[in-house]
Parts: sequence; structure tokens; C-alpha cells
Amino acid sequence: MLDVENLGIRFGGLHAVRDVTATVPAGQITAIIGPNGAGKSTFFNLISGFYRPTTGTVRFQGEDLTRRPTHEVVARGVARTFQTTTIYRELSVLENAMIGHRVRTRAGLLDALLRTPRERQDARGSRDGALRALERVGLVRQAHLPAGALTQEGQKRVGIAMALASEPKLLLLDEPAAGMNPEETVNLMALIRELVAGGLTVALVEHKMSLVMGLADHILVLHHGQLIAQGTPAQVSRDPAVIEAYLGSHAHGGQMGQGAQGGEAAHA
Amino acid sequence: MSRLIWPALFVLAAVVPFLHPSGYLLDVGVNIMMWAVLAYGLNVMLGYTGLLPLAHAGFFGIGAYTTGILTLKAGWSFWLAWPAGIALAALAGLLLGLVAFRTRGDAFSIFTLGVGVIITLVINKWDALTGGNDGLNGIAPPAGLEEASRAIGLKLSGGFYLLALLTLALTVLIVARARASSFGLSLLAIRGGEDLARSAGVNVYTHKLRAMMLSTALAGLAGGLYATYVGFLGSAVTGPTTTFTVLLYLLVGGLGTLAGPLLGTALIYSLTQTLKGLQDYQYIVFGPLLVLLVMYAPHGLAGLWTRLRANRPARAAKTKEVSGA
Repeated sequence: MLDVENLGIRFGGLHAVRDVTATVPAGQITAIIGPNGAGKSTFFNLISGFYRPTTGTVRFQGEDLTRRPTHEVVARGVARTFQTTTIYRELSVLENAMIGHRVRTRAGLLDALLRTPRERQDARGSRDGALRALERVGLVRQAHLPAGALTQEGQKRVGIAMALASEPKLLLLDEPAAGMNPEETVNLMALIRELVAGGLTVALVEHKMSLVMGLADHILVLHHGQLIAQGTPAQVSRDPAVIEAYLGSHAHGGQMGQGAQGGEAAHA
Repeated sequence: MSRLIWPALFVLAAVVPFLHPSGYLLDVGVNIMMWAVLAYGLNVMLGYTGLLPLAHAGFFGIGAYTTGILTLKAGWSFWLAWPAGIALAALAGLLLGLVAFRTRGDAFSIFTLGVGVIITLVINKWDALTGGNDGLNGIAPPAGLEEASRAIGLKLSGGFYLLALLTLALTVLIVARARASSFGLSLLAIRGGEDLARSAGVNVYTHKLRAMMLSTALAGLAGGLYATYVGFLGSAVTGPTTTFTVLLYLLVGGLGTLAGPLLGTALIYSLTQTLKGLQDYQYIVFGPLLVLLVMYAPHGLAGLWTRLRANRPARAAKTKEVSGA
């Protein structure tokens, strides 16, 4: 569904991401993992159109998105969430989702001032689209609360609803489980599975290995900005280069877990 | 409820001139409404979009001088010159936005401040067109306004008052509609976080440009009214002092609220008039007042009202939420 070729970006002399060629298959959950500073988030910002790559191309359903501005990438069907709970805390849950739906409406300033039929139609459409998204994440009953009043998990769901409201085909989640307790993480995994069962393709960056191993169909491993392995969770966790990358960096020794030597450490 | 408050307020205000108040009171009223329109324009940018442009007096000047020049030198009717001034102010806003939106935050404010100064300089130096230091003298009242006023038993000052009131009502309607639309929600999204808005699919650049055009068009609207009401134009009124005065009105009234620009303008303008006798000493009153305002009502009069109304149990949550805005 999403194909990147020789993708790279340089900040000054630093190659944050270098020469990555990979595929995010349709209808699956792809996880992007790697030790801290491996370039995961940068890679994420590249494929969501947030950063402009210095080399390579990003293709979505065969169409080149490399030089497109972010809002056009969203219009093509690629939506993202942010690492922390980046949402509009002072606005209502519904308004957050409506902002996500903006890319599907056309009414502009003149429509608003003259209350044209298009404005009315879009206003209805925007509300309906936002409510559909809230339904998918189970927040319809909280629609009129200020988003900042929700729990951490609720706010994550608002962020996901905002992305879903743009009616994406590919959903990119940047560390969705960050700051969540185990129970909330389980709920989140169930939500992601549900979305994928409904036909959505998901790609996520995540540190929590339990989530990655339990959820992903396909894993991309980044290290020093380069792709060092890709495959199923089982394949990746047996890959010598991956084990080396994780065990080689002391701060994250054993994070890889499951099947590799570091298995026990991951549960410690 | 607020749907009824505004029309009721405007109807009440429309009755005032028929009670034959002093000319001074009507003049204060016209000035408050005129400057409030400019404050509403600034509010579209600062209050809703979260950007502080500091060239608004310049756009006010473009509207005013276009109206003045077209009526005085080209012999246009005010009723045509006024819309032309508004259109030119919007166009100038678009041109400024095309360049200025390449900058963000403080750089944007400083850039627009510079442009504001340039606009004033051009007005001041272009003698042949603007009258330069001498300014433009003798801009006539709108054609037919005096006759129309007399027909309903008012003097010209009463007619001007009603014209200003209509202008203000139109402004409030426009701003309210823009704010309530998905366009307006997108502006709030930009204010809350430009990067997040972009990722959520909002075309940040075009939304900012539209907001800027609406904002400067309102400045031009106020400017055209000023030209015909005062009858004289000098370049000083288009300078940064005016911008900062209106910014003060807006901050006192409450950013990003529908009532704020009017409340702030009404309060501070009447206060300035009352304290005029004190001349420079009036700042002894203003200074502490501003300090108190910033300490106890950082979101202006309108913000204070909202907080008092949404009081007690939700208070802690509310203040937290507002400070995050």
C-alpha cells in the first residue's frame, strides 16, 4: 500500500534516516521499531509528509506523495497521530474530530459568510463524519466534553478519532501506548485490531515490545537511520542484526525480547 | 441566549439617537463602534487564528485613504469608494500574507510591524496622492445621509451614529458566522497548534490567508467610515500607535470572544475620554489598571464573565483548561 524507496533525510551533516526501502502492506499492522535515536519518528514524519525527504520517494497506492504538502497527503488517505496526546484540549471532543474531517469538506470563508447550501451541507457532513469517527473509538457519549477533561487513554482515542475523521486508508500511530498502563494498553490493542478488521491499514512506531509482538503482522527494524531487518515478528526477533542492535546499546539491552536472548529482561 | 442578546443590544442602541442626546455622546458612540470594528478585525487574526499582526492601522489607513482619495480627487460616491477601500485593504492583506506567512510567531509580528510602518511612510511621503503631511481635507459625508437623517427626525450626527451601528452589526454578524463555520473551527485548530492542524489535514496556509483577508477587510471597513466621519485624514492615525491602542482594546475586552472587542473598546475609549483632562497623567490611572487586569482577568472582560458564570465546582478544571489554551 505504501512503498518507500531509498528514503533519506539529512539534518545538517546528520543522516537521521538513510536509504530506507520498505513496504507497508495493505490490510495489515506494520510496526516500526528500533533503539532510541534509530530514526523511527523521523521516518514516520517522512511518510506522513510532515518532513520533506532529501532523497528517495514515498508512494501511496502507486501515487508519488514525496513532494506533496501534508494536507494533500491526508486528503489522499494517510492520517497520523502524534507521540504524546497532542490534541486540542480546550475544544470539545466533537470539535477535535470535526477538525480531522475538515479535509473532506470544501466550504470556505465566503460560504460561511453567505451561509450557502454548500456550507450547510458541509456543516452537517462534518458533524456526521466526526460522530462516525467517535463511534469507531467509542467516544460518542463524551462528544461534548472538553477533550482535556478526558483520561490519558481517552485523549489518545480523541487523537485517533481526529485521524480517523479524515477517512484514511492508512493510519499512522506514533507511540500510541506511551504513558499508558497495561490495562489501557490492552484496550488500545483491541481498538487497533478492530480498526484493521474494518479494513484499515495501520503502521505504528512503538517502544512497548509486548504491544508490538502481540499486534504486528509485519515489522521494520531501524538502527542508526537504516533499515536493518523486516519481516514477521518471529523472523525479526531471530535476526542476528536486530539482536546485535538491541543488545549492543546498553541502555536498551533486552528490550527486543521474545525468542531472543533478551527475553527475560524484557519482562523485568 | 446570545442569539437574542445581540439583536436586542443593537435595537436598543439604535433607539439612542432618537432620545436626542448631546452631540458629544453620539460622537463617543460613533468612535467606540468604529474602533470596535477595527478591534474585531484584529481579533480574527489574534483571537481566532493565534497570530499577532501589527500592521492593522496601516490597513485601516488603506481603507480610509482609498475612500478619501476616490471621493475627493476622483469624484466617486462614498457608497462606491467605501467598498473599493475595503477590497483594496483585503487585497493588500492577501499580498502581505503571501510573504509574511513564511514566518511564524514573533518573526511574523515584527515583520508585519515593519510593513505597517512602511504603509504609514508611503502615505506620509506620497504628497501628490495622499496630501502628505498636510493630509486630506474636506472629505464629504456620504451622499444622502443628511437627507435620510432628517427624514427620520435626526441630525447628521444621528445619521452617522446609525451608519456606524449598522457597520458594527454587520461586522459582528460576519465574525460570528465565520467563527461558527468549519472554516472558523480550522482557524481555532491553527491557533491551538499549527503542526497538529497541518497533520489533521487543514490547509494551514490558505486558511491563514483567508483569515488575513477577512481581518484586513474589516480594518478597511473601519477606515472608510473614519474617513467620511472625521472628514480629515492624516498619516499619523495609520501608524503603530493606533495598532497598539486597538490591541489594548482587544486585550482588555478578551481575545477570541465575540463580545470582547466591543467591551474593551467601549471601556477603554470612554475612560480615555473621561481622563483626557489629565493629559499625560492619565497613564497613572491606566498603568495600575492594566496591571490589575493582567493579574486578575488575563482573558479580558469577556473571559472574566465566562469564568464567573462557569464558577465553583468546575472552577479548577476551567482555569486549567483556559491556561492551556
